Amino acid sequence: MNPLARIGKFFLGFLAHTGRLAVFIAQSFLAIIQPPYYLRLIGQQMIRIGYFSLPVVALTSFFTGGVLALQIYYGGNQFNSEAIVSSIVALGITRELGPVLGGLMVAGRVSAAIAAEIGTMRVTEQIDALTTLSTEPFKYLVAPRVIAAVLSMPLLALVADIIGIMGGFIVGTKSLGFNPAIYMQLTIDFITPDDITSGLIKAAVFGFIIAIMGCYNGYHSAGGAQGVGRATTNAVVSASILILSANYLMTSLLFSS
Amino acid sequence: MTDMIKLSNVHKSFGPKHVLKGVDLSVEKGSSLVVIGGSGSGKSVMMKSILGLLTPEKGEIEINGFPTVGLKGGKRDLVNRQFGMLFQNGALFDSLPVWQNVSFAAMQGNNMPADEAYELAKESLALVGLGENILNLYPASLSGGMHKRVGLARAIATRPPIIFFDEPTTGLDPIMTDVINHLIRDCVNELGATTMTITHDMSSVRTIGDKAALLYQGKIIWTGNVDSLDQSDDSFLVQFVNGLADGPIEISGA
Repeated sequence: MNPLARIGKFFLGFLAHTGRLAVFIAQSFLAIIQPPYYLRLIGQQMIRIGYFSLPVVALTSFFTGGVLALQIYYGGNQFNSEAIVSSIVALGITRELGPVLGGLMVAGRVSAAIAAEIGTMRVTEQIDALTTLSTEPFKYLVAPRVIAAVLSMPLLALVADIIGIMGGFIVGTKSLGFNPAIYMQLTIDFITPDDITSGLIKAAVFGFIIAIMGCYNGYHSAGGAQGVGRATTNAVVSASILILSANYLMTSLLFSS
Repeated sequence: MTDMIKLSNVHKSFGPKHVLKGVDLSVEKGSSLVVIGGSGSGKSVMMKSILGLLTPEKGEIEINGFPTVGLKGGKRDLVNRQFGMLFQNGALFDSLPVWQNVSFAAMQGNNMPADEAYELAKESLALVGLGENILNLYPASLSGGMHKRVGLARAIATRPPIIFFDEPTTGLDPIMTDVINHLIRDCVNELGATTMTITHDMSSVRTIGDKAALLYQGKIIWTGNVDSLDQSDDSFLVQFVNGLADGPIEISGA
């Protein structure tokens, strides 16, 4: 095949994929707003997505906060640096690193799990069985996961904010010799409600991306075990890329003023 | 007698591959039709089109006189509530215990309370010869034969007027095949349901079916009573029924 034809084929494939994803998102929205609502399934998914992701998110944010404190201290002025370290750790964690790193970690854990579960259901005809049992797969499978992820991610981001700041605080006070009371006071003085809410809004959007990419790739998987494996990889990769690009877009919008 | 299922000139393609090329078929109320045909002849596509899992490009499918092609949402659900379906590999929900699998349609579709659903599952499992000891097991811990039986219990749990069986004995040993065939026949007789079965297995055809249809290259090329299968001089049917390599049927991939 000549190079131009390859480019054309890739471009057409990309457009078809984008269109299919847009239709999938529209169908998911309809499934979310229309009854019946599977509250028990939403609760189950919140535990799977939110509660079981707590350890990985907490560890990630703790070490990120600690590393951030060290880097700012060693990279900047080491004298009278309490104000700079505490404020940059607080800002960096609440605005960016808490939601983004939390989102990426949850994307790796949850998006893959959703794609594998729904993909296996697809190739073993369980999704067809749902339809024949008069249960709409979008309502039963997709809507509870999307709702649960959108609700869970801001809570995870809040936990990541607190633990990340605590990571910076522990490194700052135990390793760099900062005064604990001054460090904490400077953090509280510097941080604003907007810093926290912007991170929580981002986290909710990342939750949507994580669940949708897991569901979409799983729902459209084909070709047995290999297809499910491909769906899982695609879910994690596409969710991660979309989280990073959405983060850039939202930072531009939220902080442009 | 009225037709419970009727297909008229049904066409279905996947890209350039034309799978169903004008299927005409009808199943009378209360009768049991078995559709036979080689791999890739379009049997599963035809059944999925009737179930609404695939949408034909052309033609009409009527259930109890009601056109169903293109139905979506609530209207499709109403049609599907008349169906029970046993999938080839059972298609049991891995995340649910056996009793919830069996009474899934009653719980989700009819909002049946859990205690009633549990009793319904118990009754349905008894009909297929399974005891209460498996009610709380998960599908992963069931054998192949039990998988099929639980799938059958799920298909008949809501006592649907139409039941579909997709290769119900594939992957089973000869004894379990006979057990499943007789279970299907007995359950269907007890419920008085209309059934459509697709299979390669001639013992299933003879045990389950009243009528048989041969699907070849996307078209029904023979229909008749199961009793007349061995008397027919149709060369396609003779080759398929007797499992002969030589004959007019082109073997896909050969």
